[in-house]
Amino acid sequence: MAATQEEIVAGLAEIVNEIAGIPVEDVQLDKSFTDDLDVDSLSMVEVVVAAEERFDVKIPDDDVKNLKTVGDATDYILKHQG
Amino acid sequence: MSSTNRTVVVTGIGATTPLGGDVASTWEGLIAGRSGVRPLEQDWAADLPVKIAAQIAVEPGEVIPRPQARRLDRSAQFALIAAKEAWADAGFTDKAGDDTSVDPDRLGAVIASGIGGVTTLLDQYDVLRDKGVRRVSPHTVPMLMPNGPSANVGLAVGARAGVHTPVSACASGAEAIGYAIEMIRSGRADVVVAGGTEAAIHPLPIAAFGNMMAMSKNNDDPEGASRPYDVARDGFVLGEGAGVIVLESAEHAAKRGARVYAEAVGQGISADGHDIVQPEPEGRGISHALQNLMDCTDLAAAEIMHVNAHATSTPAGDIAELKALRKVFGDDTDHMAVSGTKSMTGHLLGGAGGIESVASILALYHRIAPPTINIDNLDPEADADIVRGEARKLPVEGRIAALNDSFGFGGHNVVLAFRTV
Repeated sequence: MAATQEEIVAGLAEIVNEIAGIPVEDVQLDKSFTDDLDVDSLSMVEVVVAAEERFDVKIPDDDVKNLKTVGDATDYILKHQG
Repeated sequence: MSSTNRTVVVTGIGATTPLGGDVASTWEGLIAGRSGVRPLEQDWAADLPVKIAAQIAVEPGEVIPRPQARRLDRSAQFALIAAKEAWADAGFTDKAGDDTSVDPDRLGAVIASGIGGVTTLLDQYDVLRDKGVRRVSPHTVPMLMPNGPSANVGLAVGARAGVHTPVSACASGAEAIGYAIEMIRSGRADVVVAGGTEAAIHPLPIAAFGNMMAMSKNNDDPEGASRPYDVARDGFVLGEGAGVIVLESAEHAAKRGARVYAEAVGQGISADGHDIVQPEPEGRGISHALQNLMDCTDLAAAEIMHVNAHATSTPAGDIAELKALRKVFGDDTDHMAVSGTKSMTGHLLGGAGGIESVASILALYHRIAPPTINIDNLDPEADADIVRGEARKLPVEGRIAALNDSFGFGGHNVVLAFRTV
């Protein structure tokens, strides 16, 4: 069953917490991965791979650069999840 | 050789070792004659011929925050812990520049390891094989590269005068400190953070060293397995950890009123030109390094009261080193208290020169030589005054010096000299 927006944000929050040590409650739709959440370009690759596995979605490298905020990633996953 | 001949001093020391998570606990263990060797209880050790190692006393994950730790190889974690202790011990309160007593353009870092990020390499290969290409960590390359520890330490302290990684197997840590001394001597830097680190306790390196017949297989007596100079020695015990020191021009240290532990007198370097792994049995290459040290510095044989020997507990290597000391120093060898601290710490490979420099510096500073433990029957060929069983006081009066020897596969010989101030 496809994940809801709420479930995706919660899942991304857990992933970002694991990778960057940011408290889960700080991971909100409007937050930028690089500017607000301490996720640099290498760590973003880790976030993407973890999200792919968790939400059964493929995020090609060319699309990763468009995922600036948690909201961008959530929308992408909502649209593309299997 | 130096172009400016500036005097170099040691103003900070740091360590994380099988005996303790910092310098104080490591030194206490060394002086007490405590062994850091334990059984390997991990499942992967079950089929190995060697089931003992000197594992770190304090896991780096207890000290370094998780998000930072997961992007550092274990060897870089050790280096960072030791470097931060040394940096604070030297009296610096922040990175260079933010702490205005040190100019980042005049600060260097030279941290070495013998093998580099070997556990990252092997663990990520497991990920590739078991989980596929996509799951290989994007941090793999900066984690496994041998200059990773040096680069991370350089970033942590704000070093911009140069960050280097000499690699010479088990002489790497000592070569790093020698390189750092020369950076200051030549006028290229005022302060250099230098040392060695190693994290190679993993089934592949253990299987490989074990198959070379280089390691002790005394699995039934872990604490007694590393026994330099004992007739029953049967190879080294693998250790892990890091030792890092802060070197500084005497002028720079005086200007900021830093505490000085010792003078870093200089280094002697040579290559055996004999065999890729076997030491030259008469210690010819080691003699050459010792002679270079004496020729290139104002060190006098009469003031050398202590030697922290390479002494890995291998049948051939331990004796070759003592022969070299006798050949170069003759009767002066008799007043040198020779300690094999690998009997307690195990052999940290590229980290050895780091922690043994820390031990040599503290031996001078406190004027006490740590013991060589586990010598039940001294090898009759050990023609030197070995500090056996218990720590021994060094002369309390006058200027005294200590040598720290490190030799590596490939025939690399590095001798460092420190002296009281």
